[in-house]
Amino acid sequence: MYNARYVIPALLVFIILITLPFWVNVVTPEYSRPELVLPAGAEACVEPVEYMRAEHMRLLNEWRDAALREGKRVYTSSTGQVWDINLQNTCMHCHTDKAGFCDACHDSNSVDPYCWDCHIEPGAVTGASGNGGKQ
Amino acid sequence: MAFSLMMALSIAVIAGVGAGLGLEYFFGIVLPLAAVLVFIAGVVWRVIGWARAPVPFSIATTGGQQKSLPWIKPACLDAPYTSVGVIGRMVLEAVTFRSLFRNTAAEMRGEGDEPRLIYWSSKWLWAFGLLFHAAFFLVLFRHFRFFLEPVPFFIPWIENLDGLMQFGVPRFFMSDALLLAAVLFLLLRRLKDPKLRYISLPADYFPLFVLLGIIISGIALRYFAKSDVASIKVLTMGLVTLNPVLPEGVGTTFFVHLTFVSVLLIYLPFSKLMHMAGIFFSPTRNMPCNTRQYRHINPWNPPKKYRTYAEYEDEFREVMAEAGLPLEKQPEEEK
Ligand code: HEC
Ligand code: HEC
Ligand code: HEC
Repeated sequence: MYNARYVIPALLVFIILITLPFWVNVVTPEYSRPELVLPAGAEACVEPVEYMRAEHMRLLNEWRDAALREGKRVYTSSTGQVWDINLQNTCMHCHTDKAGFCDACHDSNSVDPYCWDCHIEPGAVTGASGNGGKQ
Repeated sequence: MAFSLMMALSIAVIAGVGAGLGLEYFFGIVLPLAAVLVFIAGVVWRVIGWARAPVPFSIATTGGQQKSLPWIKPACLDAPYTSVGVIGRMVLEAVTFRSLFRNTAAEMRGEGDEPRLIYWSSKWLWAFGLLFHAAFFLVLFRHFRFFLEPVPFFIPWIENLDGLMQFGVPRFFMSDALLLAAVLFLLLRRLKDPKLRYISLPADYFPLFVLLGIIISGIALRYFAKSDVASIKVLTMGLVTLNPVLPEGVGTTFFVHLTFVSVLLIYLPFSKLMHMAGIFFSPTRNMPCNTRQYRHINPWNPPKKYRTYAEYEDEFREVMAEAGLPLEKQPEEEK
């Protein structure tokens, strides 16, 4: 082999880089789905939980458009329940522990919603609690 | 073209149907891990193959004045004659595609009966090639959120930059659209130009279709046919910790996406995409342009048999002395 003193280190660097996630994870603790603090008083979410897991961001987007573009401020779920379209007073009324629920899952999946630049987290302002949006 | 398209489509169908039939373990775990192994072994094998090939001639490409007389200005970057220059040219080539920047296109132009052949500087391929590689790098980089826990701080930086437009929820990443546009350009370029189409082979189309498959399934996964991302991370972390798990809630789109990626990884070492490593092994680019200063010895030249003049004289000294020829060493006087 020609230029072995360049080629072999380069190959080693390549292999280490490609397998880096494998090595890094040898030293970090085993991964498990983030533990979520579920709302105490409620049984179910706005929609079935599988749907919420995959689609809650899209639901929020639809809510936002419905409320602000179409002026529709109520949402009828697939189970026939009726909800106020409201991020702070519906979602966050049940999911009061934002850090233990939304953030726990988002941090682990590197999601950083910018919604809280404007919207107010539960507990940030006292007395800002609605009726949970249930009609 | 049609063949490659069929191949790529059948990958999608096989993965989709397979995952639907309960072969998730194969498509979600066995295939990706095997693909990583094949990729690493394949790249090492190709690289060692290149490293073993001798270079008979000094064939570095020169894109400028070679170093010669002191009062002639050499092109340090385009005809590099030092190792630093060679490395500089290589790095710039790898990140900015300088040689592609010089791309020209030949075209018949002109009105009426007098079309003329015109060569003009064509930067499209350079621009979209660069765009493709940069966007691909960004997208790949972002995916490390699925393979590292905790997610390193710089990945959210990149994500915030990429989603700077704050358009849609989940936030629209600009690199997604740029990548798709670049690959579509590279595909249409082959289809549009008859000359290029004539010389394009399945090996040219297939990687493009596989890339398109990855990109389309990936975009679908993020924006349209969504899966539970938290479950996907459980799966991907299981892969990189070699503790494979198959969580609930991972949709078919994900398996199609992962299978396309696995196919790309398996195919890559044996395809033209190996230019990724091959560029560093191109003698036209990794040799210095110093043919005026140094003689390049062909490494497979057999060892030369030669005789020095001293040996020659030793053999014929007596005869030469008799003939009165000049000698470097006089024969020993016979006493
Ligand atoms: C009535 C109270 C209530 C409201 C309002 C509510 N949730 Fe939930 N949510 C729950 C409960 C209870 C669960 C757990 C369901 C389960 O595990 O079966 C849940 C689960 C979820 C999950 C899935 C968590 C997991 O287990 O992975 C997400 C995501 C979620 N909610 C988001 C939202 C969003 C976004 C909103 C506003 C659109 C919202 N929720 C409104 C009660 C609520
Ligand atoms: C620039 C500030 C800003 C940001 C960032 C922002 N919002 Fe809003 N949002 C508003 C304002 C203002 C309203 C109008 C409130 C009203 O009329 O009730 C609103 C209303 C909404 C509503 C409907 C009604 C309500 O009061 O909840 C939803 C749903 C919503 N936003 C979701 C989101 C989501 C999801 C994000 C993050 C992806 C987000 N918003 C980011 C300012 C913002
Ligand atoms: C089970 C984990 C999980 C929980 C719990 C969760 N999310 Fe999410 N959320 C995600 C994931 C994963 C994404 C990114 C989706 C993607 O990349 O397709 C996301 C994305 C979002 C986005 C879009 C962000 C962007 O910039 O793209 C918003 C808004 C959001 N979540 C709001 C919430 C709110 C509000 C809650 C708490 C009520 C919540 N989520 C709870 C997993 C979760």
